[in-house]
Amino acid sequence: MRARVFVTLKPSVFDPQGKTVTDALHTLGYSAVKDVRQGKYFELEIEARRPEEARKLAAEAADKLLSNPVIESYRIEIADEVIA
Amino acid sequence: MKFAVVVFPGSNCDHDAHYAAQHVLGQQAEYIWHKETSLKGADVVILPGGFAHGDYLRTGAIARFSPIMAQVQKFAASGGPVLGICNGFQVLLEAGLLPGAMLRNRSLKYQCEHVLIKVEQTDTPFTAACITGQVLRIPIAHGEGNYYAEPDVVARLERNRQVVFRYTNAGGVATDDANPNGSVANIAGLCSEQRNVVGLMPHPERACEMALGSADGLILFESVVKAVSEGAFSNPAKAVAVAR
Repeated sequence: MRARVFVTLKPSVFDPQGKTVTDALHTLGYSAVKDVRQGKYFELEIEARRPEEARKLAAEAADKLLSNPVIESYRIEIADEVIA
Repeated sequence: MKFAVVVFPGSNCDHDAHYAAQHVLGQQAEYIWHKETSLKGADVVILPGGFAHGDYLRTGAIARFSPIMAQVQKFAASGGPVLGICNGFQVLLEAGLLPGAMLRNRSLKYQCEHVLIKVEQTDTPFTAACITGQVLRIPIAHGEGNYYAEPDVVARLERNRQVVFRYTNAGGVATDDANPNGSVANIAGLCSEQRNVVGLMPHPERACEMALGSADGLILFESVVKAVSEGAFSNPAKAVAVAR
Protein backbone atom coordinates (compact mmCIF):
# COMPACT_ATOMS: atom_id res chain seq x y z
CA MET A 1 0.00 0.00 0.00
CA ARG A 2 1.32 3.43 -0.80
CA ALA A 3 1.16 6.30 1.67
CA ARG A 4 1.85 9.83 0.55
CA VAL A 5 3.11 12.17 3.25
CA PHE A 6 3.13 15.94 2.65
CA VAL A 7 5.21 17.92 5.13
CA THR A 8 4.95 21.72 5.21
CA LEU A 9 5.96 24.48 7.57
CA LYS A 10 3.18 25.39 10.02
CA PRO A 11 1.15 28.45 8.97
CA SER A 12 2.68 30.43 11.87
CA VAL A 13 6.24 29.78 10.62
CA PHE A 14 7.73 32.11 8.01
CA ASP A 15 8.79 30.22 4.88
CA PRO A 16 11.65 32.13 3.21
CA GLN A 17 11.81 29.70 0.29
CA GLY A 18 8.06 29.90 -0.36
CA LYS A 19 8.27 33.70 -0.21
CA THR A 20 11.11 33.75 -2.77
CA VAL A 21 9.16 31.45 -5.11
CA THR A 22 6.10 33.70 -4.74
CA ASP A 23 8.20 36.74 -5.66
CA ALA A 24 9.66 34.91 -8.68
CA LEU A 25 6.18 33.97 -9.90
CA HIS A 26 5.11 37.60 -9.54
CA THR A 27 8.14 38.64 -11.61
CA LEU A 28 6.92 36.21 -14.31
CA GLY A 29 3.57 37.97 -14.27
CA TYR A 30 1.56 35.45 -12.22
CA SER A 31 0.05 38.04 -9.96
CA ALA A 32 -2.91 35.72 -9.27
CA VAL A 33 -0.60 33.52 -7.16
CA LYS A 34 -1.06 35.00 -3.72
CA ASP A 35 1.13 32.69 -1.67
CA VAL A 36 3.43 29.67 -2.00
CA ARG A 37 4.37 27.29 0.81
CA GLN A 38 7.25 24.98 0.01
CA GLY A 39 7.39 21.54 1.61
CA LYS A 40 8.54 17.94 1.32
CA TYR A 41 6.79 14.96 -0.22
CA PHE A 42 7.38 11.32 0.74
CA GLU A 43 6.04 8.11 -0.79
CA LEU A 44 6.03 5.17 1.61
CA GLU A 45 5.48 1.61 0.36
CA ILE A 46 3.88 -0.09 3.33
CA GLU A 47 2.97 -3.70 3.92
CA ALA A 48 -0.46 -3.46 5.47
CA ARG A 49 -3.78 -5.27 5.18
CA ARG A 50 -6.03 -2.28 5.67
CA PRO A 51 -5.67 1.40 4.73
CA GLU A 52 -6.16 2.44 8.39
CA GLU A 53 -3.20 0.28 9.33
CA ALA A 54 -1.01 1.96 6.69
CA ARG A 55 -2.23 5.38 7.73
CA LYS A 56 -1.42 4.71 11.39
CA LEU A 57 2.10 3.57 10.51
CA ALA A 58 2.69 6.54 8.18
CA ALA A 59 1.52 8.93 10.93
CA GLU A 60 3.97 7.37 13.38
CA ALA A 61 6.80 7.75 10.84
CA ALA A 62 5.80 11.36 10.24
CA ASP A 63 5.65 12.12 13.98
CA LYS A 64 8.97 10.47 14.80
CA LEU A 65 11.10 11.27 11.77
CA LEU A 66 9.63 12.78 8.62
CA SER A 67 8.48 16.02 10.25
CA ASN A 68 9.74 18.23 13.06
CA PRO A 69 6.65 19.13 15.12
CA VAL A 70 8.28 22.38 16.28
CA ILE A 71 8.05 23.92 12.81
CA GLU A 72 6.20 21.50 10.54
CA SER A 73 2.84 19.82 10.11
CA TYR A 74 1.91 16.98 7.76
CA ARG A 75 -0.95 15.46 5.79
CA ILE A 76 -1.27 11.81 4.76
CA GLU A 77 -3.00 10.23 1.77
CA ILE A 78 -3.30 6.46 1.36
CA ALA A 79 -3.27 5.67 -2.39
CA ASP A 80 -5.50 2.58 -2.26
CA GLU A 81 -7.97 4.43 -0.10
CA VAL A 82 -8.32 7.11 -2.77
CA ILE A 83 -8.93 4.52 -5.53
CA ALA A 84 -11.43 2.53 -3.44
CA MET B 1 40.63 16.59 31.73
CA LYS B 2 39.29 14.89 28.65
CA PHE B 3 37.21 16.17 25.73
CA ALA B 4 35.17 13.77 23.60
CA VAL B 5 34.61 15.02 20.05
CA VAL B 6 31.78 13.06 18.44
CA VAL B 7 32.33 12.33 14.76
CA PHE B 8 29.29 11.76 12.54
CA PRO B 9 29.61 10.86 8.86
CA GLY B 10 29.78 14.38 7.40
CA SER B 11 31.22 16.16 10.45
CA ASN B 12 33.87 18.60 9.21
CA CYS B 13 34.80 20.73 12.24
CA ASP B 14 35.75 17.76 14.42
CA HIS B 15 39.46 18.35 13.80
CA ASP B 16 39.15 22.05 14.65
CA ALA B 17 37.47 21.23 17.98
CA HIS B 18 40.02 18.50 18.73
CA TYR B 19 42.86 20.92 17.87
CA ALA B 20 41.45 23.62 20.13
CA ALA B 21 41.18 21.23 23.07
CA GLN B 22 44.44 19.35 22.63
CA HIS B 23 46.87 21.76 21.00
CA VAL B 24 45.66 25.19 22.06
CA LEU B 25 44.53 24.25 25.58
CA GLY B 26 46.81 21.25 26.16
CA GLN B 27 43.98 19.01 27.31
CA GLN B 28 43.27 15.41 26.37
CA ALA B 29 40.90 14.97 23.44
CA GLU B 30 39.53 11.90 21.72
CA TYR B 31 37.40 11.40 18.63
CA ILE B 32 34.34 9.23 19.24
CA TRP B 33 32.80 7.68 16.11
CA HIS B 34 29.00 8.00 16.11
CA LYS B 35 28.52 4.20 16.06
CA GLU B 36 30.36 3.81 19.35
CA THR B 37 28.40 3.30 22.54
CA SER B 38 30.78 4.79 25.11
CA LEU B 39 32.08 8.30 25.73
CA LYS B 40 35.21 6.70 27.20
CA GLY B 41 35.27 8.61 30.46
CA ALA B 42 35.16 12.10 28.91
CA ASP B 43 34.56 15.15 31.10
CA VAL B 44 33.21 17.26 28.23
CA VAL B 45 31.35 16.27 25.07
CA ILE B 46 31.51 18.32 21.87
CA LEU B 47 29.13 17.79 18.96
CA PRO B 48 31.06 19.50 16.16
CA GLY B 49 29.98 21.37 13.05
CA GLY B 50 29.54 19.90 9.60
CA PHE B 51 26.79 18.12 7.72
CA ALA B 52 26.04 15.00 9.75
CA HIS B 53 24.52 12.33 7.49
CA GLY B 54 24.54 14.89 4.67
CA ASP B 55 21.89 16.92 6.50
CA TYR B 56 19.39 14.68 4.69
CA LEU B 57 15.75 15.17 5.67
CA ARG B 58 16.55 18.03 8.07
CA THR B 59 19.79 19.23 9.66
CA GLY B 60 20.60 16.93 12.57
CA ALA B 61 17.50 14.78 12.04
CA ILE B 62 19.33 11.52 11.29
CA ALA B 63 22.31 12.15 13.60
CA ARG B 64 19.92 12.14 16.51
CA PHE B 65 19.47 8.37 16.02
CA SER B 66 23.21 7.57 15.99
CA PRO B 67 24.12 5.01 18.69
CA ILE B 68 26.40 7.44 20.58
CA MET B 69 23.50 9.85 21.10
CA ALA B 70 21.99 7.60 23.80
CA GLN B 71 25.22 8.10 25.77
CA VAL B 72 25.21 11.84 25.07
CA GLN B 73 21.62 12.01 26.39
CA LYS B 74 22.65 10.11 29.52
CA PHE B 75 25.77 12.27 30.02
CA ALA B 76 23.67 15.44 29.64
CA ALA B 77 20.98 14.15 32.03
CA SER B 78 23.64 13.51 34.68
CA GLY B 79 24.82 17.14 34.45
CA GLY B 80 27.86 16.67 32.20
CA PRO B 81 28.86 19.62 30.01
CA VAL B 82 27.83 19.23 26.35
CA LEU B 83 28.60 21.79 23.63
CA GLY B 84 26.90 21.68 20.23
CA ILE B 85 28.53 23.89 17.63
CA CYS B 86 26.61 24.79 14.46
CA ASN B 87 25.52 21.38 13.09
CA GLY B 88 26.07 20.06 16.63
CA PHE B 89 23.56 22.67 17.87
CA GLN B 90 21.11 21.49 15.19
CA VAL B 91 21.60 17.90 16.42
CA LEU B 92 20.88 19.01 20.02
CA LEU B 93 17.64 20.65 18.83
CA GLU B 94 16.50 17.58 16.90
CA ALA B 95 17.42 15.35 19.86
CA GLY B 96 15.27 17.51 22.14
CA LEU B 97 18.22 18.38 24.39
CA LEU B 98 17.52 22.05 23.61
CA PRO B 99 14.16 23.54 22.55
CA GLY B 100 13.27 25.01 19.15
CA ALA B 101 14.29 24.34 15.54
CA MET B 102 16.28 25.86 12.68
CA LEU B 103 14.86 27.37 9.50
CA ARG B 104 16.68 28.41 6.34
CA ASN B 105 18.51 31.72 6.75
CA ARG B 106 16.20 34.56 5.80
CA SER B 107 18.70 35.52 3.06
CA LEU B 108 18.37 31.95 1.69
CA LYS B 109 22.16 32.07 1.41
CA TYR B 110 24.84 29.99 3.07
CA GLN B 111 26.54 32.66 5.19
CA CYS B 112 30.21 32.50 6.05
CA GLU B 113 31.48 35.57 7.91
CA HIS B 114 32.64 36.89 11.26
CA VAL B 115 29.79 38.07 13.48
CA LEU B 116 29.55 39.63 16.92
CA ILE B 117 27.80 37.83 19.74
CA LYS B 118 27.15 39.02 23.26
CA VAL B 119 27.58 36.67 26.22
CA GLU B 120 24.45 37.12 28.33
CA GLN B 121 24.83 34.31 30.85
CA THR B 122 27.99 33.25 32.65
CA ASP B 123 26.57 30.44 34.81
CA THR B 124 27.03 27.80 32.12
CA PRO B 125 30.11 25.58 31.83
CA PHE B 126 31.06 27.19 28.50
CA THR B 127 30.81 30.82 29.62
CA ALA B 128 32.10 30.51 33.20
CA ALA B 129 35.26 32.51 32.36
CA CYS B 130 33.34 35.25 30.49
CA ILE B 131 32.10 38.59 31.73
CA THR B 132 28.37 39.24 31.34
CA GLY B 133 27.86 41.51 28.32
CA GLN B 134 31.19 40.60 26.77
CA VAL B 135 31.06 40.83 22.95
CA LEU B 136 32.92 38.11 21.05
CA ARG B 137 33.94 38.14 17.38
CA ILE B 138 33.40 34.62 16.05
CA PRO B 139 32.70 33.25 12.56
CA ILE B 140 29.46 31.68 11.40
CA ALA B 141 29.18 29.26 8.47
CA HIS B 142 25.66 27.97 7.91
CA GLY B 143 22.65 27.94 5.63
CA GLU B 144 20.13 26.97 8.30
CA GLY B 145 20.81 28.97 11.41
CA ASN B 146 17.57 30.91 11.57
CA TYR B 147 16.51 29.90 15.08
CA TYR B 148 12.79 29.49 15.61
CA ALA B 149 10.61 28.65 18.58
CA GLU B 150 6.98 29.46 19.38
CA PRO B 151 6.55 32.79 21.22
CA ASP B 152 5.68 31.05 24.52
CA VAL B 153 8.87 28.98 24.27
CA VAL B 154 10.97 32.09 23.59
CA ALA B 155 9.32 33.80 26.58
CA ARG B 156 10.21 30.80 28.75
CA LEU B 157 13.82 30.85 27.49
CA GLU B 158 14.11 34.54 28.38
CA ARG B 159 12.49 34.02 31.79
CA ASN B 160 14.85 31.13 32.62
CA ARG B 161 17.87 33.09 31.31
CA GLN B 162 18.58 30.32 28.78
CA VAL B 163 19.61 32.69 25.97
CA VAL B 164 23.38 32.52 26.40
CA PHE B 165 24.53 34.26 23.21
CA ARG B 166 22.80 36.92 21.11
CA TYR B 167 23.83 38.51 17.79
CA THR B 168 24.58 42.16 18.53
CA ASN B 169 26.49 45.15 17.24
CA ALA B 170 29.85 46.17 18.73
CA GLY B 171 28.00 48.01 21.49
CA GLY B 172 26.18 44.85 22.54
CA VAL B 173 22.81 45.96 21.16
CA ALA B 174 20.72 43.25 19.46
CA THR B 175 19.77 45.17 16.30
CA ASP B 176 18.21 43.65 13.18
CA ASP B 177 21.33 44.61 11.19
CA ALA B 178 23.44 42.53 13.57
CA ASN B 179 21.23 39.48 13.03
CA PRO B 180 22.85 37.46 10.21
CA ASN B 181 20.12 34.87 9.67
CA GLY B 182 16.78 36.08 11.00
CA SER B 183 16.90 34.19 14.32
CA VAL B 184 14.04 35.07 16.64
CA ALA B 185 15.19 37.58 19.31
CA ASN B 186 18.69 37.53 17.73
CA ILE B 187 19.33 34.20 19.48
CA ALA B 188 22.77 32.79 18.61
CA GLY B 189 23.06 30.24 21.41
CA LEU B 190 21.09 28.60 24.22
CA CYS B 191 21.55 26.49 27.30
CA SER B 192 19.35 23.79 28.79
CA GLU B 193 17.29 24.36 31.94
CA GLN B 194 19.99 22.51 33.88
CA ARG B 195 22.45 24.89 32.11
CA ASN B 196 25.00 22.16 31.31
CA VAL B 197 23.99 21.70 27.65
CA VAL B 198 24.94 24.65 25.42
CA GLY B 199 24.41 25.05 21.67
CA LEU B 200 25.43 27.90 19.38
CA MET B 201 25.59 28.54 15.65
CA PRO B 202 28.90 30.50 15.57
CA HIS B 203 32.15 28.49 15.57
CA PRO B 204 34.31 29.24 18.64
CA GLU B 205 36.74 26.45 17.61
CA ARG B 206 37.52 28.43 14.45
CA ALA B 207 38.50 31.47 16.52
CA CYS B 208 41.03 30.07 18.97
CA GLU B 209 44.26 31.60 17.69
CA MET B 210 45.07 35.02 16.22
CA ALA B 211 46.30 33.26 13.05
CA LEU B 212 42.62 32.47 12.42
CA GLY B 213 41.64 36.14 12.56
CA SER B 214 40.23 36.04 16.08
CA ALA B 215 40.98 34.25 19.35
CA ASP B 216 37.69 35.25 20.97
CA GLY B 217 36.28 31.71 20.79
CA LEU B 218 38.96 30.29 23.05
CA ILE B 219 37.17 31.56 26.16
CA LEU B 220 34.40 28.97 25.68
CA PHE B 221 36.95 26.17 25.93
CA GLU B 222 38.82 27.90 28.78
CA SER B 223 35.48 28.25 30.56
CA VAL B 224 34.72 24.54 30.52
CA VAL B 225 38.25 23.68 31.69
CA LYS B 226 37.72 26.11 34.58
CA ALA B 227 34.20 24.84 35.35
CA VAL B 228 35.18 21.17 35.33
CA SER B 229 38.42 21.67 37.26
CA GLU B 230 36.52 23.60 39.91
CA GLY B 231 34.15 20.64 40.19
CA ALA B 232 31.17 22.40 38.67
CA PHE B 233 29.08 20.50 36.13
CA SER B 234 30.84 17.22 36.79
CA ASN B 235 27.87 15.78 38.63
CA PRO B 236 24.22 16.77 38.87
CA ALA B 237 24.28 17.95 42.49
CA LYS B 238 27.13 20.36 41.84
CA ALA B 239 25.62 21.52 38.57
CA VAL B 240 22.46 22.55 40.38
CA ALA B 241 24.47 24.34 43.06
CA VAL B 242 26.29 26.43 40.46
CA ALA B 243 23.09 27.22 38.57
CA ARG B 244 21.66 28.71 41.73
